[in-house]
Amino acid sequence: MSVTWNVTGDGNIMSSRDVDLSIPVLPEMELTAMKTAEAVGEFMNLDHTKIEEVKVALIEACINAFEHSQSQAGRVDISFAIGDTALTVTISDDGQGFDPADAQTRVEKRRSDGERKRGWGLMIMKELMDEVTIKSGESGTTLTMVKHR
Amino acid sequence: MAESVDVDVRRQGGVGIVDVTGYVNNVLGERVAASSIDLIDEGLVRLLLNMEACTMVNSVGISFLIDVIERVNELQGKVAFCCVGSTTAKTFQIMGLLQTASVYDTERDALEALGA
Repeated sequence: MSVTWNVTGDGNIMSSRDVDLSIPVLPEMELTAMKTAEAVGEFMNLDHTKIEEVKVALIEACINAFEHSQSQAGRVDISFAIGDTALTVTISDDGQGFDPADAQTRVEKRRSDGERKRGWGLMIMKELMDEVTIKSGESGTTLTMVKHR
Repeated sequence: MAESVDVDVRRQGGVGIVDVTGYVNNVLGERVAASSIDLIDEGLVRLLLNMEACTMVNSVGISFLIDVIERVNELQGKVAFCCVGSTTAKTFQIMGLLQTASVYDTERDALEALGA
């Protein structure tokens, strides 16, 4: 299976097997991302359950970005990389960033205080996807999730 | 983008049934909770949430369902879900709902378990 690499005018390399989406931070706009995930998953002939898991994880990633990023551009960028062995979904924002370890500590403290209603997004993503990595700093956050075939 | 969202309530054999339609986000989650609390206020402490027409959930929406479960449990009642998709059920499990509420394949099974 071949992949064509296109170099854009600003020097970025774009795989022809990527599906790129940019959504505004608006109510229920995560559903747009979800529907794209469904279409990509079907294109890849992923198992129905895996598609559903990608959809839920992606919704959680989007609502986290909407709620916490305080994106200056008011947008979240999502890229679906169609691979031979996996679907890789990348969610990026240009917000304030966060410390994943600190976030985890705060969630654990809330759990130990008996608060069990919020703070589940990252755990849901990690349980439903095969790999989840987070890079975050002052210029924003990039969350990458992988679902193997 | 608008899809159908709705909350309907029924009563059967002393069980309050809440039919959930659409995407359970903060908006629909709050409506489900409000309808459930109305049933509780009527004296129905056995509740069944029928998720057959639920298209998707997110954790914020589910947090409202946790509110319902906690309220019912305080009254020594019982909450059950039926017709839950496998990924939604897994999400419920991750969030701990299944420690205090049960999931059934069909409404009939759920009502039987709730003693309707």
